[in-house]
Amino acid sequence: MTTKSQELLNWIDDRFPLTSTWKAHLSEYYAPKNFNFWYFFGSLALLVLVIQILTGIFLVMHYKPDASLNASGIPVAFASVEYIMREVPGGWLIRYLHSTGASAFFIVVYLHMFRGLLYGSYRKPRELIWIFGTLIFLALMAEAFMGYLLPWGQMSFWGAQVIVNLFSAIPVIGPDLSVVIRGDFVVSDATLNRFFSFHVIAVPLVLIGLVLAHIVALHEVGSNNPDGVEIKKKKDANGIPLDGIPFHPYYTVKDIVGVVGFLIFFTAIVFFAPEGGGYFLEYNNFIPADPLKTPPHIAPVWYFTPFYSILRAVTYPLFGIDAKFWGVVAMGAAVVIIAFLPWLDRSPVKSIRYKGGLFKGVLAVFVVSFFILGYLGVLPPTPGRTLVAQICSVIYFAFFLAMPWYSKLDQCKPEPDRVTFK
Amino acid sequence: MSVDQKMDSGRRQLLVATSAAGGVAAVATAVPFVASLTPSERAKAAGAPVEADISKLAPGEMMTVEWRGKPVWILRRTPEMLSSLEKTDAVVSDPESGKEMQPEYAKNKHRSIKPEYLIAVGICTHLGCSPSDKFKVGAESGMGEEWHGGFLCPCHGSKFDLSGRVYKSMPAPDNLEVPPHKYLSDTTILIGDDSKA
Repeated sequence: MTTKSQELLNWIDDRFPLTSTWKAHLSEYYAPKNFNFWYFFGSLALLVLVIQILTGIFLVMHYKPDASLNASGIPVAFASVEYIMREVPGGWLIRYLHSTGASAFFIVVYLHMFRGLLYGSYRKPRELIWIFGTLIFLALMAEAFMGYLLPWGQMSFWGAQVIVNLFSAIPVIGPDLSVVIRGDFVVSDATLNRFFSFHVIAVPLVLIGLVLAHIVALHEVGSNNPDGVEIKKKKDANGIPLDGIPFHPYYTVKDIVGVVGFLIFFTAIVFFAPEGGGYFLEYNNFIPADPLKTPPHIAPVWYFTPFYSILRAVTYPLFGIDAKFWGVVAMGAAVVIIAFLPWLDRSPVKSIRYKGGLFKGVLAVFVVSFFILGYLGVLPPTPGRTLVAQICSVIYFAFFLAMPWYSKLDQCKPEPDRVTFK
Repeated sequence: MSVDQKMDSGRRQLLVATSAAGGVAAVATAVPFVASLTPSERAKAAGAPVEADISKLAPGEMMTVEWRGKPVWILRRTPEMLSSLEKTDAVVSDPESGKEMQPEYAKNKHRSIKPEYLIAVGICTHLGCSPSDKFKVGAESGMGEEWHGGFLCPCHGSKFDLSGRVYKSMPAPDNLEVPPHKYLSDTTILIGDDSKA
């Protein structure tokens, strides 16, 4: 470095912790050297967040959150999305990046969460990272749900109608609460405007804050790895973990490879299948919202369907309260229970590599049931399907609630002293 | 400052009191913000009653009018449709309309003023989707041999009979709501107002 630029850097460092922050989080943040491809998805989630924020900023320049009808009898909000698609130069690309980005976000986040499940990344001392992560997942669901109302199509309208009505199932305060959420007695212009406000300002701010907390907590305790052994236990004379390598340049370079691979898939979908076969953008959402007619088949977007199936699976009233309330409770619990994983897993080892057949079997059954729930969630209900959904819902909860027992019973292999690395 | 310096308890009390007063003020400031989330005066005023002309409604047909942003169905039932209510008595969860989902004058088997006409809010009592009509009977309906005609909610599969009574063990807890209404003449219904005057 030349003296001039070094002088400038010193000048800044005397006033702002630039070099020390760079070192703490990048050039001297030591990550385990044995990361595999599963470790791409954290940085990819960050990339998708940036894509969503950037495309969102440009969409807001043309979108109008207005449910009133224009001269042609089309809701202004719906028409403004079509305007972006057809008349704003490059608008179609920005909009498809944003709508496909929403699905990409969930794909990446689900894989990121599954990585945690595989390698026990939620175990002590990473409980808070996991809790922040669960909150990010919740905020992401809220963000996606409110964003889906904005095009004001049939699925937007009826999806919002169903989800807001979930809150009315809460005893005593429910009905008033749902009115406060909608700002009206029905889903209306008031609802559209407040969801717009939450979608573009409130939830993104919370999301960014949580992502920061997630990363700060991670960098405080250090990353887990596919072997689930702590690299901080074995340090060299300088206090640097023997199996650690600086995040920059090693993992920044690796993650760029992940970014390139991801963008190949992502842009292929944006250019050739932006509607994702009706799963990313549902066909009914190309029809303007009609408050008088529910489409013959409504289903949430794919990323909500496992939880939606759990909601639908509850058909029995309990303690004199409607099945509807318990369906909502089950759906909420299905998300919240994820946060308790650090205390449910009693296995002596963290990583799946050293867990026994019992845990692997249970995990496989859990993953299969989760996929079945997701698949059933896009289909209309029949008695047979409801029964399957009920069985899978029980498996979903049993995976978590029975974990303290089966994770102890499991015949684990001994963990190695240090990470395995070829 | 030395550690053993005595705390000025008068100042400390003042500090606590000011913080408490400031806290109360901050909480009070939240009131208008929360209030702004509730329905506006305009939204509250939008509940005006609507008139429906049923002169062109043939037996077995249904029309939909909008009232308070919700679909209200007017179904003109045929004698067969009315007799189906006898058959569904045993399979619906509230056959006598015991729960307060209708005005007093519609608390009967046909859940209406005139047996022929059903007036109901076409919003499922589960999560607010609008059920689809399934008026065909038996296997032809695609609802199974035992189907007597009625409504199916597309969202979560709740079934209702031709009086809007919900079947047993359905996600929907209650029968469809019957709105307050009255006949202005034989062919005109006013929905949203049942005052006698």
